[in-house]
Amino acid sequence: MKRDDFLKHVAWTGSGIAWTLSSSGLFNAQKALAAESTISFVQISDSHIGFARPENMDVTGTLQKTIAAINAMPVQPTFVVHTGDVTHLSKPAQFDTAKQILGTLKAPLVVLPGEHDVIGTSDAFFAAFRRSDAPKGWFSWDQGGVHFLSLVNVFNFEIDGKLGTEQIDFVEKDLAAQKSSTPIVVFAHVPLYALFPPWGWTTEDGSRVLAALRRFNAVTVLNGHIHQIVQHTDGNIRFATAASTAYPQPAPGTADKPGPLKVPDSKLLSVLGYRSVEIARNAATITDSTLQK
Amino acid sequence: MSRLLTGLQIALLAVTLTPGANAAVPPLLPAAATVHIKDFKYNPPALTIHVGDRVTFVNDDDEAHTVTATDKSFDSEGLDTAGTWQHVFAKPGTYHYFCELHPYMKATIVVLSASK
Repeated sequence: MKRDDFLKHVAWTGSGIAWTLSSSGLFNAQKALAAESTISFVQISDSHIGFARPENMDVTGTLQKTIAAINAMPVQPTFVVHTGDVTHLSKPAQFDTAKQILGTLKAPLVVLPGEHDVIGTSDAFFAAFRRSDAPKGWFSWDQGGVHFLSLVNVFNFEIDGKLGTEQIDFVEKDLAAQKSSTPIVVFAHVPLYALFPPWGWTTEDGSRVLAALRRFNAVTVLNGHIHQIVQHTDGNIRFATAASTAYPQPAPGTADKPGPLKVPDSKLLSVLGYRSVEIARNAATITDSTLQK
Repeated sequence: MSRLLTGLQIALLAVTLTPGANAAVPPLLPAAATVHIKDFKYNPPALTIHVGDRVTFVNDDDEAHTVTATDKSFDSEGLDTAGTWQHVFAKPGTYHYFCELHPYMKATIVVLSASK
């Protein structure tokens, strides 16, 4: 990142970073910057390929619009993560369509499953998006000074979001090897905290993972599932759920039930979109963009 | 052991009730029941039927649902809006089922051994 951009970024996020204009101070700051993380990526979610109801008769089209907007970004993201519910009913044909459309992204793609992608079996999801470094679906990697964890909380879906002991053990071991100063970014489909349990918007065994994240200076947890932007901060952990590329859902408790929410056709694109995330000097800048103002 | 005996008794009962050439006994056609899925609820939430009965599940919701047995003995997989799925219950017992997509949606079907 250029110094000008860095200053703009600091001004934008308002993170308190000591910065002096003395030559030695500038030198030190720049030296520190070189060792710090700077990375940007994009999150998209809940495309529900196969859905065709009055709430959105063209989910393929709105996903294509989303990808066109991302491909038009002047600086391409390091990667694009899809946080699940790529398909509506886990059908191989739906995965085929989704894979073709997502294949038009310029940036590399990371995909994790939502519960709509593993109905009955996760075979179709893995046939489309299996990674050799993630035999069970979950994995971690380091990029741009940030440690990323991509988790799956939609297997064993009998009681809301659930990670399972094997995955939690993996997370604890994985995080134990990281320095507390390393920025951590976690992806999972269902919110990892109790956002709204009556509608299943929670991960019942998420607390052990959140406990393992406590000692880090800066943690960002990004989820989908609820088709709307909700931000929440709990100590060192910043949570944010993303908009869908297909259709919105009601705000927690504002309706009798969750599910597709009908908005006027002219307003649909203003509630669908994507999210850009920049991690710099331990501060995450989250910018949500809609497909229409 | 008691389960086995019960099974044997049912088998004997079935043999006894087999109409065979007796024209006075009407054929035991499986009865039909329907469960509607509406507003994230199975209706009726508790249904009692007999062995051999066929149950039709109809998704009247805008959202997709599943009909999945807690013991995995049956599974509709994804049922889209207006989708239907049928299952014939061949064994007596109490079956708890739920929606894989919305696990707080729960219901029960009790299957009685003797048909009417």
